[in-house]
Amino acid sequence: MPLIETSDGPMWKRRTPQKRLAIFMGWLFGFVIVFYAWRLISEKTIWFFVQDAPKQAFDIATRMVPPKFSYMERLWVPVWDTLNIATLGTVIALAIAIPVAFAAARNTTPHPIVRAIAIFIIVASRSVNSLIWALILVLILGPGVLAGTIAIGLRSVGFCAKLLYEGIEEIDHSQVEAIEATGASRMQQMLYGIVPQVLPTFAGVGVFRWDINIRESTILGLVGAGGIGIELSGSINTLAWTQVSMILLVILLTVIVSEWVSAKVRGAII
Amino acid sequence: MSETLNTFPDTWKKPPLIRNPTLRWGLIVGFAIYLAIALGTMDVNWQRAWEGIPRGQRFILAFFPPDFSDSRNVVWDGILESVWMAIIATVAGIALSVPIGLGAASNLAPKWVYFFCRSIVAGSRTFPEIILAIFAVKLFGFGPFAGFVALSIGTIGFFAKLLAEDIENMSASQAEAIKATGASWFQWINYAIQPQVMPRMIGLSVYRLDINFRESAVVGIVGGGGIGATLNTAFDRYEFDTAAAILLIIIGIVMVLEYISGYLRKWVQ
Amino acid sequence: MLRLEGLSKRYKTGDEALKGVDLEIPDGQVIALIGPSGAGKSTLIRCVNRLVEPTKGKVYLGDLELTGLSSGALRKARRKMGMIFQEYALVERLTVMENVLSGRLGYVSFFASWTRKFPKKDIREAYRLLDRVGLMHMADKRADELSGGQRQRVGICRALIQDPDLLLVDEPTASLDPKTSRQIMRLINELCAERGLAAIINIHDVLLAQMFSQRVVGLELGSIVYDGPPDGLTPEVLTRIYGEEDWEATIENVDDDDEVEEDDGELVNVGIAKRTGGNE
Repeated sequence: MPLIETSDGPMWKRRTPQKRLAIFMGWLFGFVIVFYAWRLISEKTIWFFVQDAPKQAFDIATRMVPPKFSYMERLWVPVWDTLNIATLGTVIALAIAIPVAFAAARNTTPHPIVRAIAIFIIVASRSVNSLIWALILVLILGPGVLAGTIAIGLRSVGFCAKLLYEGIEEIDHSQVEAIEATGASRMQQMLYGIVPQVLPTFAGVGVFRWDINIRESTILGLVGAGGIGIELSGSINTLAWTQVSMILLVILLTVIVSEWVSAKVRGAII
Repeated sequence: MSETLNTFPDTWKKPPLIRNPTLRWGLIVGFAIYLAIALGTMDVNWQRAWEGIPRGQRFILAFFPPDFSDSRNVVWDGILESVWMAIIATVAGIALSVPIGLGAASNLAPKWVYFFCRSIVAGSRTFPEIILAIFAVKLFGFGPFAGFVALSIGTIGFFAKLLAEDIENMSASQAEAIKATGASWFQWINYAIQPQVMPRMIGLSVYRLDINFRESAVVGIVGGGGIGATLNTAFDRYEFDTAAAILLIIIGIVMVLEYISGYLRKWVQ
Repeated sequence: MLRLEGLSKRYKTGDEALKGVDLEIPDGQVIALIGPSGAGKSTLIRCVNRLVEPTKGKVYLGDLELTGLSSGALRKARRKMGMIFQEYALVERLTVMENVLSGRLGYVSFFASWTRKFPKKDIREAYRLLDRVGLMHMADKRADELSGGQRQRVGICRALIQDPDLLLVDEPTASLDPKTSRQIMRLINELCAERGLAAIINIHDVLLAQMFSQRVVGLELGSIVYDGPPDGLTPEVLTRIYGEEDWEATIENVDDDDEVEEDDGELVNVGIAKRTGGNE
């Protein structure tokens, strides 16, 4: 925060002129990008539909009430499948993520090349949405719960491994050093010095991802990978709006319950 | 000394993590039973899965090398549409999030505003962006506008919630000190709240841009514009090399975004 | 016993922590290493067991040259050097017993250490040591439930169960209150006397150094500037080590420690420690 000499004596300004100019240019640049983006999007939009949207929304909303509660009996199995996709997918993810995380953390990686590969696995898995993973796997394995489970697993590897390896890098190094000083081997140092320190992180990350996966697995059915999403897309395609609202209600409840469970378990761990 | 030496026990067992044996075994057995039932009820067509293996090989081989040629010019169009969609949805979503986030902070807003804003946040958080996109497509027709709306709503759920939590956790003493000077409400927000939450919010905006880009790659599957539709078509036609190229481009862009966000966060702090 | 020859260490940042240190420690001698922070005390003892890799010079433990060892042989050699740390460096989420037994890791296989199946003799020894430092009843507690003094005693057990010839002690009292500091120093001293162990104790508290060692080595900017008996720490010597200051008040007559311990259950064997507790 400089004092600037002017003819009236020193003046306090928050920033130097150069800095102000840079910030102004930044804003200008941002506005240009947003404006340009907006133009491109609006070119591809049929504004008649947008104007009509409120009426449409009202129309659909009225057709959605009341939810068709009797439909629930056909939803138990998809809900169960959804739950399994999320849970088994998380188990698969953790099984892969733990070795990847140890390979990716600077203080445990056996070699910089191994670290680079591990980091690439993490980025690739994180960048590709679970729906895309599901798309690929449905094509290869055929539609069904298996494709969904593996899709969730592959998508979660990156997320879990990233949080895990950050946890591994943040450990208290002196505890490991103390174990090293006893003459323990590298594997033993890991077992006694590192694993106990990161175990709570591992459990926390697993539960956290499970909660996210419940949400994600509700939509995999849209591409045929099992779970409640199949019913959802079927009901939308047949314009069965009371069924749609029932499914949304079920998804809402599932998500709330899983969030509650996850918060409880994490509270107990930490 | 050697007499007493023998009086010490020579076995030791690590006390279990959960000391109550009923609870411990209950959890272990319960989880085992769940796994058994879950795997048992999983309906898998193994024959179909087996037949898919050559296709999987072809897919993996398509990465070496991927086909970036993009003869019909659809890939770049789709990618750019996704990028623009992500940017503008992030900007709009954050613009809407600021008032909602302020309203959803219990230490700022009156009770009724608080509940109103909290319910907006909860509502937009519950459903995945893709479900929002399905409805947006129904309302606004096919195209990027629907994706834009869906992603904006998703952004509100994410951003407003974190903003509100950040404001609730900030230091009350600084806020009080500014209030004590007789500042107006807007001045108070500007001087007491903004400096405290700003750095984290900038970091989070880039993070959200990253999420929005990844999501914008899939809203196309349900008709919401962007690269998703192209990708879906590529898979439908078994054009694995194009699909591989698209996936690599997505990964590349996400990596760049992640790098920028890391850099920006360091710069802000 | 332990011999350092021209030991030097230059960190990647360019800091020269040690500049050709020569030092010889006979069997069973307890020496205190004093000096201001940044003098290289910590680096020196870490260079001995090569937690820090020295850049130049040699370290001999008995006839064995530690500086030339392969990593496997180094691990074997480390078993003979127990180390005690400033912030205790216990693995906080493991039990006290596991922390003590971790001193035996160099002797057992990976699988045995994974399943916590240590030899009977090790477990008996662990209990005996815990009893010796008055923590028998804490064996199954987690390390982070212990007080500072208790943790340091577990740290001592971990070092001793290695059955070492040499103790490397890094600021054992830095995070302890004055009374506990004395108790810990006395305990280390007694144990060294019992087992005829040599020890290097890094310590910044001059008074404690004088009280509990047979020999004091003063380190300043990576070089030894004093090596002699505790009584030799005159104001001039201290000025040479630490810089100008009024040292008269620091150097008190520190013959036997006359502090009487209350029975706070913290320490069992109390009171017989003398600073000439070695076995020359």
